[in-house]
Amino acid sequence: MSAIAASLPTDAGAAGCGDAPVLRERGQREVFCGLTGIVWLHRKIQDAFFLVVGSRTCAHLLQSAAGVMIFAEPRFATAIIEERDLAGLADANEELDRVVARLLGRRPDIRMLFLVGSCPSEVIKLDLARAAQRLSQRHMPAVRVLHFSGSGIETTFTQGEDACLAALVPEMPAEPGSARSLLVVGALAEVVEDQFLRLFAALGVGPVRFLPARRAADLPAVGSGTRYLLAQPFLAETARALDARGARRIPAPFPLGAEGTTLWLHAAAQEWGVGERTFREATTIGEQRARHALLRRRERLSGQRVFFFPDSQLEVPLARFLARELGMVPLEVGTPYLHREHLAEELALLPPGVMLSEGQHVENQLDRCRAARPDLTVCGLGLANPLEAEGLATKWSIELVFTPIQGYEQAGDLAELFLRPLARRARLEV
Amino acid sequence: MQLAVWTYEGPPHVGAMRVAAAMEGLHYVLHAPQGDTYADLLFTMIERRATRPPVTYTTFQARDLGGDTATLLKTATLDAYERFRPQAILVGASCTAELIQDDPGGLARTLGLPVPVVPVDLPAYQRKENWGASETFYQLVRAFAGPRAPRPGTVRAASETRCCNILGPTALGFRHRDDVAEVRRLLALLGVPVNVVAPLGATPADLARLGEADFNVVLYPEVAMQAAAWLKRNFAQPHTTAIPIGVGATRDFIAEVARLAGVDPAPALAEASRLPWYSRSVDSTYLTGKRAFIFGDATHAIAAARIAATELAFEVVGLGTYSREFAREVRDAARGHGIEALITDDYLEVEAAIGAAQPELVLGTQMERHTAKRLGIPCAVISAPVHVQDFPARFSPQMGFEGANVLFDTLVHPLMMGLEEHLLGMFRDDFEFHDGAGASHLGAGSAPAAAVQPATPPLPESVGAWAPEAEKELKKIPFFVRGKARRNTERFAADRRIPLITLETLYDAKAHFSR
Repeated sequence: MSAIAASLPTDAGAAGCGDAPVLRERGQREVFCGLTGIVWLHRKIQDAFFLVVGSRTCAHLLQSAAGVMIFAEPRFATAIIEERDLAGLADANEELDRVVARLLGRRPDIRMLFLVGSCPSEVIKLDLARAAQRLSQRHMPAVRVLHFSGSGIETTFTQGEDACLAALVPEMPAEPGSARSLLVVGALAEVVEDQFLRLFAALGVGPVRFLPARRAADLPAVGSGTRYLLAQPFLAETARALDARGARRIPAPFPLGAEGTTLWLHAAAQEWGVGERTFREATTIGEQRARHALLRRRERLSGQRVFFFPDSQLEVPLARFLARELGMVPLEVGTPYLHREHLAEELALLPPGVMLSEGQHVENQLDRCRAARPDLTVCGLGLANPLEAEGLATKWSIELVFTPIQGYEQAGDLAELFLRPLARRARLEV
Repeated sequence: MQLAVWTYEGPPHVGAMRVAAAMEGLHYVLHAPQGDTYADLLFTMIERRATRPPVTYTTFQARDLGGDTATLLKTATLDAYERFRPQAILVGASCTAELIQDDPGGLARTLGLPVPVVPVDLPAYQRKENWGASETFYQLVRAFAGPRAPRPGTVRAASETRCCNILGPTALGFRHRDDVAEVRRLLALLGVPVNVVAPLGATPADLARLGEADFNVVLYPEVAMQAAAWLKRNFAQPHTTAIPIGVGATRDFIAEVARLAGVDPAPALAEASRLPWYSRSVDSTYLTGKRAFIFGDATHAIAAARIAATELAFEVVGLGTYSREFAREVRDAARGHGIEALITDDYLEVEAAIGAAQPELVLGTQMERHTAKRLGIPCAVISAPVHVQDFPARFSPQMGFEGANVLFDTLVHPLMMGLEEHLLGMFRDDFEFHDGAGASHLGAGSAPAAAVQPATPPLPESVGAWAPEAEKELKKIPFFVRGKARRNTERFAADRRIPLITLETLYDAKAHFSR
């Protein structure tokens, strides 16, 4: 593997990284599985419940990934497969029905139940699609039962959200006719949704809907008039499902930073034929506020070299933001999966010479990171303290998923997340 | 299938990781899919370890399931050996790998590595974390100490100075780091040398030396009892049974060690904890008969119950554990306190039991801390599962005389201080000193007790209604005992088929229950 690393060209030669070669690695991955998405999805969709059909490990992961345990009874749980469930699948199905009945009995407020597949449920080939169908028939109309996989053998971290949203797409009502609407796809903080709604209103772009909606019952309609903007870069399956419903993706970079947000809004504005003057009027104040917020941080961050371990697929847009708006120097940008089509606009903006890596061999990557001695390393929680102990400043990547970072008003906050570890080190005298 | 929201214990391979991460010179190759690496963060974040746990995950994916997973395991094992050069390799499977039945131990042994390979089979669909730690430690002890076992029937040569091993402390253990320091201090006072501490800080080579000690000190039976029993059979090493948590138990432990080591216990017994005097000081009078509900792993729950009852003069109204392997011990202890033990790993069941027992103090795990917070009951954490707060920067053992000092503070500080409690009872309508206000020592901003009703089973419909004047009188009873008063009065009324609860009924019930 390290031989591949050594032979990788370090300069793509052309502007951007659109055609840059990618180091593909295979080995131990220090990433979460897709089940982790439940930690934010269950807060986002407020009348949905996520039932993982898995092992004690799955339950323990969710508990640990939540970091601080959220102890109000959460809207997720695990149906832990036990020895006797492995003996016969018919019994496993009966057991699942029993667990679901008990769960729904306890939680009459639930309108949508997701059966979430895990590594063990997939290995024993427990058919959750059929289970969801069977349970849906039994519990309709009070509860709709859907399924998706968050298993580690198939999904990495944010791909769990992708799988969940893809499962929602067939449930979306059909838009009658070909009326034009904008669908913003990917879970966003509510404050960010509201800001975008105001911006789109000022642009005259609409009607605007969001997937996922805050309530399962309010799934937006979709049809051939639907144009969608991805708000997150990890939604390959969801996009495929939306395309199949006749919707069309508006290609754009992602709304991170002042520039990213402007380009993202601009792509929608163009689709709607909004004039440039109107666009400037609607976005200038927000963009300037964002640039102003970045200015102070840029002084501190400019020239700092940053190294990304793969985590959420947000790495490429983040590296673009750090490089173009804060003057940072990305050394290696690791991502679990590089979706060339959805990232085309991002890759074009990335400065040349950035090393892209896909997949992971964590030991080899740690060797590269130690050799590069970056000023800031963006990595998961399993690596952060050990790297800090080696003298490398780190930024926990999970915070980038759990914090509102999209849009103009959050651009400063996003920069602050990268600045804080460095500012903290500068202050400490012990 | 078991419906679980929160779990007290992780899967058994996490127990194996706690043993592997505690040791030096051992590397654990875990056959597991991507995502199982989440377990690393338990060690690096909760325990704030400065190094990654010594674990290599084979990281198989769906497309490997056709048959490449065995090769993956072999490659990962070879790579791990090359990179980390451990003294020995532990090989096992997580829950998913168990299903694909690759026999990781067998595969790793075919590689001809120049170091011992110890396979460990942990049935993930039957067992849990502590069992996994115990089984792993036992297999390691067998593998490394086993070859040096004397022939059966060999009589142990009497040694001049008898030394001991300390068994049980692991990574991610509840105060294990500090317990070991405190127990070492006690042993030094007794003049008993320590041969090996394991698994914490031990290498495989150290495990090979376990047989050189004259006896074993078992700190955490959940982890070490199986290994200690094997050492007893194969090396004729007796082991301690007293767990030195609390003053009385520490004295028992010192006496037991002194007997096993053939030394005078006096120097260690002369050390004193502050607990006895603090408990006898008049300020502690208000602790008398405080109703305590206790839940945790078996070792810490049993110890907390003894301290609560005999060293703080609390009343133990609930005692339970999630350690099913030690249910018998907890049942025995509960009987000693005149109650029935609660053996469950369902935190909702524990919550219901707390609601029903109406305790004034909960001694539990992080789960019970949250439950108690919801019910507005003071709580102290006495047991794993661990939280970042369970790794304090200061020295904070649970064991030995210093541990007893720590426990006095831990168990008493959540309660309201003596005079504060009385004032609250007398002047309950004070505008900033009432049911809704938090305790003053938690600061002015402390949240008022949540209005959630404890999960008590509803009383039958036939229960009498409350007359307005009785209801009003009930409100004058301090809020922290009001629930109990209401319950008792309603039960009193129900038993006597009294249709309307009047002032008289309230005080009749009070007289009845205070006998």
